[in-house]
Amino acid sequence: MKSLIAKPVAVVVLLFARAITAVRPFWHEGRLPRRRSIFFANHSSHGDFILIWAVLQPRLRRRVRPVAGADYWLKSKLRSFIGRDVFNAVLIDRNRDARTMDPVESMGEAMREGSSLILFPEGTRNQSDASLQPFKSGLFHLAALHPDFELVPVWIANLNRVMPKGEFVPIPLICTVTFGEPMHLADGEDKDMFLERAREALLALAPKKAAE
Amino acid sequence: MSATHFDMMVLVLGVCGILLVASFVGHVLERRLSPDGSNPAIENLNARINAWWVMAILIAIAFVAGRIGVLLLFGFCSFAALREFVTLTNTRRADHWALATAFFVVLPLQYALLWIENYEIFSVFIPVYAFLLMPIISAVRGDTQHFLVRIAEVQWALMICVFCASHVPALLTLHIPGYEGRNVLLIAFLVIVVQSSDVLQYIWGKMIGRTKIAPRLSPSKTVEGFVGGIACASLVGAGLWWITPFSPLQAGAMAFLITLMGFFGGLVMSAIKRDRGVKDWGHLIDGHGGLIDRLDSVVFSAPIFFHLTRYFWSPG
Repeated sequence: MKSLIAKPVAVVVLLFARAITAVRPFWHEGRLPRRRSIFFANHSSHGDFILIWAVLQPRLRRRVRPVAGADYWLKSKLRSFIGRDVFNAVLIDRNRDARTMDPVESMGEAMREGSSLILFPEGTRNQSDASLQPFKSGLFHLAALHPDFELVPVWIANLNRVMPKGEFVPIPLICTVTFGEPMHLADGEDKDMFLERAREALLALAPKKAAE
Repeated sequence: MSATHFDMMVLVLGVCGILLVASFVGHVLERRLSPDGSNPAIENLNARINAWWVMAILIAIAFVAGRIGVLLLFGFCSFAALREFVTLTNTRRADHWALATAFFVVLPLQYALLWIENYEIFSVFIPVYAFLLMPIISAVRGDTQHFLVRIAEVQWALMICVFCASHVPALLTLHIPGYEGRNVLLIAFLVIVVQSSDVLQYIWGKMIGRTKIAPRLSPSKTVEGFVGGIACASLVGAGLWWITPFSPLQAGAMAFLITLMGFFGGLVMSAIKRDRGVKDWGHLIDGHGGLIDRLDSVVFSAPIFFHLTRYFWSPG
C-alpha cells in the first residue's frame, strides 16, 4: 500500500520542485554522470537532494539514494514515509555515542547493492554566513573503501533563498545545479588533504555573488 | 463562419506560412553552412524559430480556449517572469513574506480582477495597494539593510512582470463599438507587431548594421537595424489594419509606437541585465534565454497600447 502511494507522491514532489525552481543542471563538460557515483553537495535546505534528483535522468534516478539524518527523518510518520518510502533515503544515525550502526557501514551497504549516493559532507544544513562548512570525514572513508565510485561535487545555487529555515511558504526562484569534475582519492593522500581538496572542488562551483 | 473567425483563420494561416518558410530557410542554411551544428548563429536562429512555433501554438490554443485560456497563459507568463526577475534581486530573508504575497496573492488577484472585468481596481491595485502594502510587510520584519533598494526592486518586479504584462490580456476587456467579440485580434496585433519588430531589427542589423546604437547596453543593436526594423514593423502593423478597429494609417501609427516602446523597453531590460552581470534572464526557452528576454518589448508596449486604444476608441 505504502509503495503504491510513494511513486505518485514522488512525481508530485518533483513537479512541485520544478514549478517553484525551474531547476536547471550544468553538467561538467556536458557529460552525464556515471552509474556508480557519489554526489556530494552543499547543504542549505531539506529540498537539496530533491533538486539533484530532479535533474538526473530517470534511469539514473532510480538507483540514486540520498543520505540523511535518521534523527530528523524518523521524527514523525509523515517524514519517515517521505524519507524512507518516497525517496528511499539511506538514514544514518548522527549521534556518535548512542548509535549502533556505523554510518560508513550503512552507506557502504547501499553502494554494494549498486546504488549511487547523494551526500552532504557538511553533515548538517549550513545556516552560517560561510559558503561551505568544514567536511565530516565520511566522504574520505567512502572514497578509500570504494575506489570504483566517482566522487562528483555538486553545487546547488539559490535554494536557500527559496525556503530559508523557519519559513514554510517557498518563494519561486530559479535554481541551478552545477556538476563538477569527478574525483578520486589520490595515492598517499591523507584524510585532511583529501577533504580539503574535495571542499575546494565544491566551492569552485559556487556562482560569484551578484554585485551588491 | 463569422467575420472574426474568418479573420482569425487568415491570420493563423499567415503566421503558419511565415513560420514554415522560416523553418525551411533555417533548415537549408543548416544543411549548407552548419551540417555538424558548429555554426552558433545558425543554431541560434533555428532554436529561435522553434521557440516561435511553440509561442504561436500556445497563443493559438489560448485563443481557442477563450478568455480563461488567455488569462491563464499570461498569468503563467507573469509567474515565470517574476520568478526570473526576483532571482536577480537583492532581496533578503526579511522580504520573505512580501515576496510570498507578491507571488501568491498580488499576481493571482491582478488576473482575477481581469476575469471579473473590474478595470477601476485593476488599474490601481499594484501601483497603489501593492505599492503601499509590500514595504509595510518588509518593514515589520525589522531588517533595515538596503531597505529602499529591496522594496524598490520588489515593486519594480511587480510593475514589469505583473502589472505591465497583464495589460496584454486586459485588451479583452475593452468595449469598442463595432468591434465586439473581436478583441482577441488586438492581442494578436500587438504580439505580431512586437515580434516582427524584433526579427526585422535583427535581420536589418545583420544585413547592413554598422553603427552601434547603444554599445554599452546592447552591443548587437545598430542604428540601421533600429530604423529598418521599426519602419518595416510599422508597415506590417499598417498592413494588419483589417484585424483592428483602426484605419490603416492609425494602425501604422500604433505599430510605430508599439515598436518604439518595445525597442526602448529592450534597452532598459538590458541595462538591468548588465548591472546584474548576466547575459540572459533565465533559461526557460531554448535559444531565447529567459521568458523576460522574449517579453521585454511586449511588457513595455502593452500598457501604452492598451491605454491609447482605451482612450480613443473605447468611450465611457
